[in-house]
Amino acid sequence: MTERSGNGKVIFSEYRRGEAIKKALTMTREEILLEIRESKLKGRGGAGFPTSTKWMLSAAAVADEKYVICNADEGEPGTFKDRLLLMEYPELIFDGMVIAGYTIGAKKGIVYLRGEYEYLKEQLESYLEQMKTDNLLGKAILNNKEFDFDVIIRLGSGAYVCGEETALIESLEGFRGEARNRPPYPVNTGFQGKPTIVNNVETFAAVTHIIMKGSQWFKKYGTDKSTGSKLFSVSGDCDKPGVYELPMGIRISELLKIVGAKNTKAVQVGGASGICLPKSQFERTLAYEDVPSGGSIIIFNESRNMLKVLKNFMEFFVEESCGQCTPCRIGNIKLLEGVNMIESGNYTFKYINQLKELGKTMQLASKCGLGQSSPNPFISILENFSEEIFNNSEER
Amino acid sequence: MLVLEKNTMTEEIEKLVEKYGNLRSSLLPILQEIQSVHKYIPDFAQQEVARLLNIHPVEVYSVISFYTFLNTKPKGRYLVRLCKTISCDMQGKQAIARAIERELGISFGETTKDNKFTLEYINCLGMCDKGPAMLINNKVYTKLTPEKAIQIINEIQ
Ligand code: SF4
Ligand code: FES
Repeated sequence: MTERSGNGKVIFSEYRRGEAIKKALTMTREEILLEIRESKLKGRGGAGFPTSTKWMLSAAAVADEKYVICNADEGEPGTFKDRLLLMEYPELIFDGMVIAGYTIGAKKGIVYLRGEYEYLKEQLESYLEQMKTDNLLGKAILNNKEFDFDVIIRLGSGAYVCGEETALIESLEGFRGEARNRPPYPVNTGFQGKPTIVNNVETFAAVTHIIMKGSQWFKKYGTDKSTGSKLFSVSGDCDKPGVYELPMGIRISELLKIVGAKNTKAVQVGGASGICLPKSQFERTLAYEDVPSGGSIIIFNESRNMLKVLKNFMEFFVEESCGQCTPCRIGNIKLLEGVNMIESGNYTFKYINQLKELGKTMQLASKCGLGQSSPNPFISILENFSEEIFNNSEER
Repeated sequence: MLVLEKNTMTEEIEKLVEKYGNLRSSLLPILQEIQSVHKYIPDFAQQEVARLLNIHPVEVYSVISFYTFLNTKPKGRYLVRLCKTISCDMQGKQAIARAIERELGISFGETTKDNKFTLEYINCLGMCDKGPAMLINNKVYTKLTPEKAIQIINEIQ
């Protein structure tokens, strides 16, 4: 195993199952919400929405039922941190979900596990059974008569777009995983039309530590705007690929050193939907205020052909677009065609520039995050590596 | 489909509906179970699921066609899915693909004559630090070399 488990100061710091639930139950809901707000925790899935705002809105909503959903549909190319958390740190995730249930007044939690991780399901279910035996799940949790909470695990079926929260909810309701129009937002009208919070696996893990150790402790790590630490899934050209816990705001160059990357030409931050940075930008920082990401870091050394890399990403998006809206459905195909034209030397700069404009239109006009971010690699790779890409194509 | 087979299938689906409930939100888990037993979701099963959940068969088909892991045509008993996304690609997915194709005598997208293996590509499996990676049914195999991949396939043979 190349995993860095147990090597970080926040997420991987010491924790014993149930501790944070016990503490949360001695607090009022308002106190929990304040603690999380104080911590300035933002969603770890990549979008970076303040967790406390999401929770406050759904806590304030009045309804007979509410839901807590854990988004374990990590499908971003180059991301595997949730796999590690699910396998080795389930106590962090489930305790976080129980705390969420208590805080917003929900009785049901659902883990939406990506179909590719089906082999983890049994293990997670038997973990949930243990929690029931310990009275950390089920009826009257830790003898608190007013608090029942249960968690079930549901499997995805191989659709990247279901990582988008409204598409995920559609999928749970038994429909095609197509993103919904917003508003209404899931915090009010989510699963089965009820108030629902959807958080990433890593976000729940962070909440558990924040409740246990306090927001001040959490804020010691990271930057003012991006507090705490972040798990990074590192793959590509380096000696030690794996999951790393690093403080928010770390420079890319530092990360490259830690993972043993040599002759690095480019780093893709945020997976296929992220942006590709050249050497000249390696002093930038990994944080919401500079280069945000859900944690995927893919490293390319001098030997790699960036046009091929881009082609791989665009093929991915053509396959994964849900097809619901035109900018994304047609746009991705056009961008891929553009890549193929460059590859065969059959292009004009005029047309390529038009495609970049199309990319910008897609960013604005697509309905969900997939189509809004899929032009990112197209624009960033063609701009940052234009010399390599266009000079080489003249020789072919 | 023979009447007898139809009856067994109906019974099977009734059990699933009992287990998950007859709500629309049970649709995916029910389809997933049918898929994992039969390796595909036959037309008749689609009709039965639709009937028991009280939705239109077209709706069932439309859901199946959306998800990569669900399909309406038979596939081999072992579904070999090799990751083709960037990290696995850089770690030599191409060599693995060619080796498996040679060994089984089929191309990606095809099924062997004895119905034992179907070859497909898949997008990122979340094993990018240990690529190239593949799934065979639900089991994941990592750090493949052409030799290792063939050995795994031969052990199944
Ligand atoms: S942007 Fe793409 S994935 Fe999102 S709704 Fe539109 S077509 Fe579907
Ligand atoms: S790129 Fe192959 S598992 Fe992620």
